[in-house]
Amino acid sequence: MSVDQETFADRYPQEAELVRRAFLVAFTALGLGALFGIFQALHRTNVLRIIPSTDYYTALTAHGVLLAIVFTIFYLVGLYQWAVTRSLDRSPTNINFTRAWLTLMTVGSAITGVTILLGFVDQIGISADVLFTFYAPLQAHPLFYTGLVVFIIGTWLAGVDWFRTWLHWKQDNPDERIPLQTFMVLTTMIMWYIATIGVAIAVLFFLLPWSLGLIDTVNPLLTRTLFWFFGHPVVYFWLLPAYMLWYTVLPKLAGGRLFSDPLARVVFVLFVLLSTPVGIHHQYVDPGIAEGFKFIAMTNTMFLLLPSLLTAFTVVASMEHGARQRGGEGLFGWLTALPWRDPAFTGMALAGLMFAAGGFSGMINAGMNINYLIHNTLWVPGHFHLTVGTAVALTMMAGTYWLWPQLTNRRLYSRPIGLLQVVMWFGGMALMSNSMHVAGLYGVPRRTAEPQYAGFDFNTAFGSMAELNIQLAVGGTLLFVSTLLFLGNLTLSLGNPKVEGLGQSLPEPLSGAEDSPRVLDNMRLWAGIALVLVVLAYVLPLGAIIQNGGLFGTGGDAYPVSVLGTFDGLDAVLELLGVGR
Amino acid sequence: MHIHQYEKLWLGMSLLLIVGFIATITYGAVGVGVTMIDDSGGNVDPNALDEHPEFSDPGVEKVGENEYEAYVVARQFIFQPDPIVVPANSTVTFYVTSADVVHGFSVVGTNANTMVIPGEVAEVTVEVGEPGEYGIVCHEYCGAGHHSMEGMLRVVPEGEYNSSDGGEQ
Repeated sequence: MSVDQETFADRYPQEAELVRRAFLVAFTALGLGALFGIFQALHRTNVLRIIPSTDYYTALTAHGVLLAIVFTIFYLVGLYQWAVTRSLDRSPTNINFTRAWLTLMTVGSAITGVTILLGFVDQIGISADVLFTFYAPLQAHPLFYTGLVVFIIGTWLAGVDWFRTWLHWKQDNPDERIPLQTFMVLTTMIMWYIATIGVAIAVLFFLLPWSLGLIDTVNPLLTRTLFWFFGHPVVYFWLLPAYMLWYTVLPKLAGGRLFSDPLARVVFVLFVLLSTPVGIHHQYVDPGIAEGFKFIAMTNTMFLLLPSLLTAFTVVASMEHGARQRGGEGLFGWLTALPWRDPAFTGMALAGLMFAAGGFSGMINAGMNINYLIHNTLWVPGHFHLTVGTAVALTMMAGTYWLWPQLTNRRLYSRPIGLLQVVMWFGGMALMSNSMHVAGLYGVPRRTAEPQYAGFDFNTAFGSMAELNIQLAVGGTLLFVSTLLFLGNLTLSLGNPKVEGLGQSLPEPLSGAEDSPRVLDNMRLWAGIALVLVVLAYVLPLGAIIQNGGLFGTGGDAYPVSVLGTFDGLDAVLELLGVGR
Repeated sequence: MHIHQYEKLWLGMSLLLIVGFIATITYGAVGVGVTMIDDSGGNVDPNALDEHPEFSDPGVEKVGENEYEAYVVARQFIFQPDPIVVPANSTVTFYVTSADVVHGFSVVGTNANTMVIPGEVAEVTVEVGEPGEYGIVCHEYCGAGHHSMEGMLRVVPEGEYNSSDGGEQ
C-alpha cells in the first residue's frame, strides 16, 4: 500500500475513532433538529399542525440548540481533530485527554438536550422553552444552563488539547511555519475563547444562580448583551470549519490547488480580530444602548465583510485553476470542466453560491437604520438559513462525503444519492429562504407558532401569503427529505466492506506559506489585539447598562417556563445527582 | 508578501464597497435623520408600573402642536392600550416598556420597530400619515401564548380625534 493511499483511519486509528464519535453526535443532532424543523415549517404555515402551538416553542428551542450548537460544534471538533492530527502528522499529546473533552461535551449536550425535550412532557415539570437565545427573565430549568456550562468547558479543553499538540510539534520543528489547517484551528479557538467570555459570565454569574434561586433578579439587558457578545462570534465558529473545507479541500476536489496560503491566513486573522466587537449589531433596536455604540458595531460589522469577500475570490480562483488543470477553457467555459457529478464538490460549490446570497441579506441586517424594516421578522431566519443552514450545513455534509471513507475505510453507499441530496438541499433552501425573506419584508414575525392574526392581515406587494406559505412548506419538506437521504446514505455505507486505498492527500497551495510574513503566525499578537478591540467596543456600553439598570436590574420577576424551577430547582439538581436533601 | 494583481484589485473593490455601505448608513442617520433607539427612555421597575406617573394609565396625550406621546405597556400576552388611537398627520413618540418578559413592538408594514425589555423604556418617534389601521405584533418570543399577542394602531382623521379620552376609544 503506497503512502498516498493510506487513509487517516489506517494511520491514526484511535483519532479516527474519536472523529467518528464526534460526527455521530453531530449527525444525531442533525436528524432530530431536522425533524423539529419540518414540524415548524408545516405548523407556522398552517399546512399541518401535529403538536399544540404551546409546544411549538419547545420544538423551536430544540431545533435551534440541536442544530446551531450541537450539530455544528460537534462537527467542528471532529473536523478540527482530523485537521490538527493530519496537518501536524502527530497524535494528541495524551489521547485520554482528547477522549475526556469529547465526553464532557457529549454529557453537557445530553443534559441540555434532554431538559429541552422534557418540555414536551407536561407531567414531569421540567422544561427549557427559552429558545436558542434564553433571554431573561424567561427562565429555564437549572439543568439547561448546567448542561451548557459543561458543554462549553468541553470545548475549552478541546482548544487546550490542540494548542498543546501544536506546542509540542513546535519544539520538534522550531523553524517551520504552522501548517495551514492547524493555523486555522488555532485562530478559530482564540476567537472562541474570547467569544465565550460573554456567555460564561452571563450563565455562571447571573442565569444559573438565578435559576437556582440564589439571586432574585437579573438585568435582562445586561444578560442579553452578554449573550450577543457571544452570539455573533459563534456564527464564525460555525462558518470557519466550512472555510477550512473551502480553502483546503475544495481546491483538491476541483482538481487543482489553493490559490494563496498567505491570504487564507490573513482571512482567519481578520476573523480573530473582528468577530467579537460587533455583537451589538443584534441589538440595533434595543432600548438602553446609546446610538454611538450601535454605530461602532455597524462599522466593525461592515469591515467583517472583507474576509468573506476575500474568501469568495480565493475559492473561485482555486476552482478555476482546478478546472483549467482538467482542460477547461474560455472565459466561463471552464465551469463545465468541474467535477459536478461529485457530491462533495457540488455540495460545497452550491453552499458557497448560497453564502453569497446570504451575504447580501446580511448586509441589509448590518445596515443599522435599514434593519428597522426587517428586525425580528421572518427575513432574519431566512438569512441565517442561507448562512449557517446552507453555507455551513451543506458544506459539512458535502465534506463528509469526502472524509467519511477515509475515516472508516468503507466506500460511500451511493454517490448519485449524495448528489441528489445536495441538489435537493439547495433547491429546498432556495424556496424556503426566498419565501422567508419576502414574508419578512411584509412584516411577518419570526419565532411564532401562528403568524395569523385576528385583527389584521399582512399586505403583500405581490403574490399572496398563501403562496409564500406553500413555498415555505415545500422548501422545508425538501430539506427534511434531503437530511434523511444524507443520514441514510451514511448509515448504508457502514454495510460496505472495508477496503484499502481510500486515502486522499491534499495538494500544496500555488502560493505557499513562505510567501507570507512570519508575523501572521504570532498567535499572542492577534489574541492581544483582538482583546483590545473587544475592550474598546464593550467596556463603555456594558458600563452604561450596569450604571443605568444596575448589575441585577431594576426589579421584576422570573418567568420560569418550568414548574419545578420556580420553587426548588436546587432540590431537583441534587435529586438528579442522587444527593437528595 | 506576494499578492496576485487580480487579488489586489478585488481587495480594493471590496474596501470601496464596504466604505460605500458605511457611507449609505451614515447618510441615513445624518442626512435623512433616521435615529436609532437609544438610552434616552430611561429605566423603570417592571413591578412598579402601577405607581409610574405615565405607565400606570397607558395611553396617548397631546404634548404640543401636532405632537403626541403614546405610553404603551407590553405584558404577556397583550399591549395596553389596545387600540392605540392617534390623529393623522402628526408626530407621535412611543414610550414602550414591559411589565414582565422581553417583548417586541412592531407596527406591521412600517419601520416602527423596537425591542421591549423589562426595566428599560424604548422611545420611538414616528411621523404618522393618512388615516388607517395598522396591526401591532409582538415579535419576540414571550411565552406559550406569544402567537396571540397583537395590538392595533388606529390613525383617525384629525377632526375625529378626541384628546380627552387619552387616545382610547
